[in-house]
This record gives sequence, C-alpha cells and structure tokens, in this order.
Amino acid sequence: MNIFIFGLVNSVILALIASGFALVYGVSRLANFAHGALYILVGFATWLFLNRLGINYIGSIFLSIVIVSIIGGAIYRFFLIRVKGMPASEIIASLSIGIAIMELFRWRGFIGEAYMLPPFVTGSVSIAGVMIDWQRLIIIGIGLAMMLSLWLFTHHTKVGLSLRAIAQDKRASMMSGIDPDRTAVIGLAMGSALAGVAAVVILPLGSITVETGYMVLTDAIAVCIIGGLGSWMGVLAGAFLLGFSQILATAFIGPHWQMVVVLLFIILTLILKPSGLLGRQKELEERV
Amino acid sequence: MSLPTVAFVLGLLIIPLAVTSMAWQKIIIIACIFAFLALSFDFLAHFVGIVCLGGAFFTGVGGYISGLLNSAFGLPLVITIPIATIGGGVICTLFLLPCLPMRGIYFAIVSLMYPLLFARVIQALNIFGGTDGLPGLATFPNIWVELYLILPLILILTFGLRRLVNEDFGMVLRAIKDNDQAVKASNINITWFKMKAVFLAAAIGCFSGAYLTHLYGWVGISLFALDFSIFPIAATVVGGVGTLVGPVIGALILTLFSEMLREFGPLRVVFYSLILAGLVILNTGGLVPYLQRKYHQFERWIEI
Repeated sequence: MNIFIFGLVNSVILALIASGFALVYGVSRLANFAHGALYILVGFATWLFLNRLGINYIGSIFLSIVIVSIIGGAIYRFFLIRVKGMPASEIIASLSIGIAIMELFRWRGFIGEAYMLPPFVTGSVSIAGVMIDWQRLIIIGIGLAMMLSLWLFTHHTKVGLSLRAIAQDKRASMMSGIDPDRTAVIGLAMGSALAGVAAVVILPLGSITVETGYMVLTDAIAVCIIGGLGSWMGVLAGAFLLGFSQILATAFIGPHWQMVVVLLFIILTLILKPSGLLGRQKELEERV
Repeated sequence: MSLPTVAFVLGLLIIPLAVTSMAWQKIIIIACIFAFLALSFDFLAHFVGIVCLGGAFFTGVGGYISGLLNSAFGLPLVITIPIATIGGGVICTLFLLPCLPMRGIYFAIVSLMYPLLFARVIQALNIFGGTDGLPGLATFPNIWVELYLILPLILILTFGLRRLVNEDFGMVLRAIKDNDQAVKASNINITWFKMKAVFLAAAIGCFSGAYLTHLYGWVGISLFALDFSIFPIAATVVGGVGTLVGPVIGALILTLFSEMLREFGPLRVVFYSLILAGLVILNTGGLVPYLQRKYHQFERWIEI
C-alpha cells in the first residue's frame, strides 16, 4: 500500500513535469530545453512576490504563472522563431537561453535552504495505514484535474483543436487557415504555464535550488522518451512506468538507485522501441 | 602551404613563448583543452550531422578512467592517458550507441542527459571518491611538457581531421549528413560509420578529460560540469562552424574573454550562453569564414 500511494504521487509529479515539455514538442516539434529554467523561474518568482512584495499566496502564484507564460511565448516569438526548422540550432538556442536563466539565479545567490514555498495545507492524514501529508494528496488532485482539463481543452475548444491540428498535419491545417507560428507561440506559452503549475504544486515539498531546474529537465525528457515523443497518452504511461519503478527501486534496493533506474529505462527504450511506449505514428520517420 | 596556414601553425606554437607569466601559460593549456572539445563538437555536428551536447560526458569518462587507473593501480600518466583516450572512447560510444540509428533530436537529448545523470549517480552511490573526488594523482613534470604536448596535438588533430573529412571515409560521413537514405541505398551501414565517427569524437573528448585530470592532479564530479558541454559549442559558433580551424581560434578567443571576466564568477556561464544564443539566432557565419572571405578578396586584388 505504501508503495502504491507513493508510486502514485511520484508518477503524477513526473506527469506534471513532463506535460509542458510534451505539449511544446507535440505542437511545434521543438525540444524546449528551457523547460527546467521556466520551472524554477516560477518558483523564484512566486517566492519573490510572496516574501518581498507581500502579495498573498494565491495572487503571487497566478501572477508568476501568467508572467512565465508570457516569457515562454516571448522566447518563441522573438528568439526561437528565427531558427525554426533547424533542429540543431533550436536545441542549442533554447538550451543556452535556459542555462542563462538558471545561472543568473545562481549568480544572484539563490542557493541553499532558505528559499521554500509554504505548503497549501499543512498536516498529514492517514490513508489505509499510510501517513501522507496533504500537499502530496493535493498534487494528485491537481495533477489529475490538469490532465482532465488539458484533455477537454485540446478536444473541445477551438484553440486546443488548432494545436492538435498543427501537431498532426501542418500543411493541411495551414490550408484551413491556422497560423503555425501563432499556434506555436500559444503552445510554448501553455507549456510554460504547465511548467509553472507543476512548480507551484511540487516545490513546497522541498526547497528551490538551481539544481532542481536541471533535474526537472532531465526527468521531463526521460518521461517523454520513454512514453514516446509527442504522444499524450505516452506521457502518462511513461510517467507511471518511471514513477512506480523509481519507488520500487527505492523500496527494495536503496534510495540512491532512482537515477540508475532512469538511465536504464532510457537505454532500454532506445534499444527495444525507439519511438517510445505509445509513439506509433513517427516510427518510420525517426528511424533511418 | 599558404600564408594563413603558416600563420596559424606558427602562431599557435609561439604563443606560449610570447606570454611571460605562468598563469597565462596555464590559461593557454585550458584553452587548448576546450579547443579539443570544440573540434570534436564541430566534427560531429558539421561533418556527420550529429549534434552532441555532451562534451562533459566525454571529459568526465576520460578523466575518471585515467584518475582511477592512476590512483588504484599507480600507473604513470604516460600509460593512463592513452588508455583513457581509447577506453573512454569505447565506453562513450557504447553508451551512445542506442541513439545512433535514430534521426532527429535523440542524440542531442541523450548526450545532454548523460553527464547530469552520471554526476548524480556518482554522488548518490558514493563510488569513485563520491563528492570529494580522487586527489593526489600524478601531474606533469613541468609546464613546458604540458604546453608542448598539447599544442602539437592540436595542430595534428586539426589538419588530420581536415584531411579525414576529404578522404573516402569523410565523404561517407558527409553524405550521411546530407542524405542518409541515399547512403543506405548504396548498401553502406550508416550506424557503423556513425559509430566510428562518434568513437573518434569521444576519444578526443576523453583525451582532454584525462589531460585535465593530470593537469590538476585531481578528478571529481566537476568534470561532468555543464561548462564542458556549453563552452566548446560557443567556441565553435564564435570561430566558425564547419571549418575545424574556427573552433580552435574560437576557443582561444573565448578563454581569453572568460579570463577577463574572472571577477564575475558564476556569471561567466551566463555570458557564454547569451553569446551562444545570440550567435545561433542571428546565424552569423563565425570569425574564420569571414576572414577567409576577406583573404580571398585581398588575394585577388590586382593593382592597375
């Protein structure tokens, strides 16, 4: 039971982290290596609004998510749009923008234990004999709500449908009058907002550090590779596979083996099924 | 040999004599180490079409192999550096092998992740000295050996790689970059060729890692630091992509620049990344192609 509950929490955390990356890649085939930087940017911005400017908690969360989604859109509109279609340049440009943001925080002295966001509800509750704090339950709740609302958004609104259209067939959707650049800006803004939601929900569990940014980036990429790049259900499947195996490894081998599990899963995925668990449609295209 | 070639060779050999202080000579050695990594990035990215963001992976593996051989078996550095170069190349190639048959961004993603993951694995499992690293390794006898071991190697490598990409082997690699389906249709095993190219680049990277280890007499997880991935790419973009001479010159310029910014400390990484992002987005050709163009204009300029 212990393993089941903490595995569920861990899987939802991974799914939340990876959904922003997967959305951006799915919409515009752009690997957003600034994902981790946007994640900690939200954490720090919320902390600043909360502790320096004295805005209340909910207000500062909304403010920082809005700001980071604007930043994400601006990164695409002003920088990445110039290297669109050149994968190497896209990766290098977004990675270097991300590193610039993260190292800027390191320089400003954002290191150490002092930077923590308070949990939404303190205290813990016992479920079937397992003590679990409320924040982790909130993570599960918000994670599932996010998945559901994303599904509703991409299936029942005009903007969401245009995002999916661009992801499926760019030329056909351009013929129906969907602007791919505008869609990509929306996609990156939404991806950043998803990173932001993940950040404000997950960061109260620990402290905000620059290393978290790199960790989030590698976790998001790992989940996306395992589940299949650009596949929605793949992200969920990958997150649950990775989340539960990390918890199993922690329980039966030792807490340090989480990273080895990630590494092993990536290598195995690439050898056995390079398109990922559920990434069917691109199998022929990706493989030489 | 044309004038620019002579100038490049002589310039590189004379620089250490021209600077007076030992600190600057050390800086030249660091620049050369970054030049190796930049060469390996340029070779992979612009002649094979593989974007490798994992320079730190190569330096880390090379450094740890030579460090472990030196501390555990007491082998002298004359033996450990070659073993680290070849063995590290093999290990890196094996780790990167699963993503070689794939097109697209897999190689970039995986090579970026490996150094981050390896550093954390070493930290978490507390193997190979854990967070503290392995101190007290063998160092070079004096600074002149350090300098005049690495400078001729840079020259050999630059001109060797330039020759290699114009040989039959290099032709196949460049064809893979341009049109892999056509190469496959010619009954050539793409993965095998890519593997050999990655081995070459990894061996170059591992050599620089091993060299750095014995330069400081210390190996630690800072060899997996992101600087070793991002700095060489920046050097390549500054010097000129796809020229093989450009990365060397770019590494020298950027190291000089980074020494001038020494008091900014961690902010230097921000500078490199901003320079890199700016140059990539503006799509400038780099320094060497610009100079080449100017030189050819000058050469054909006739007085009437």
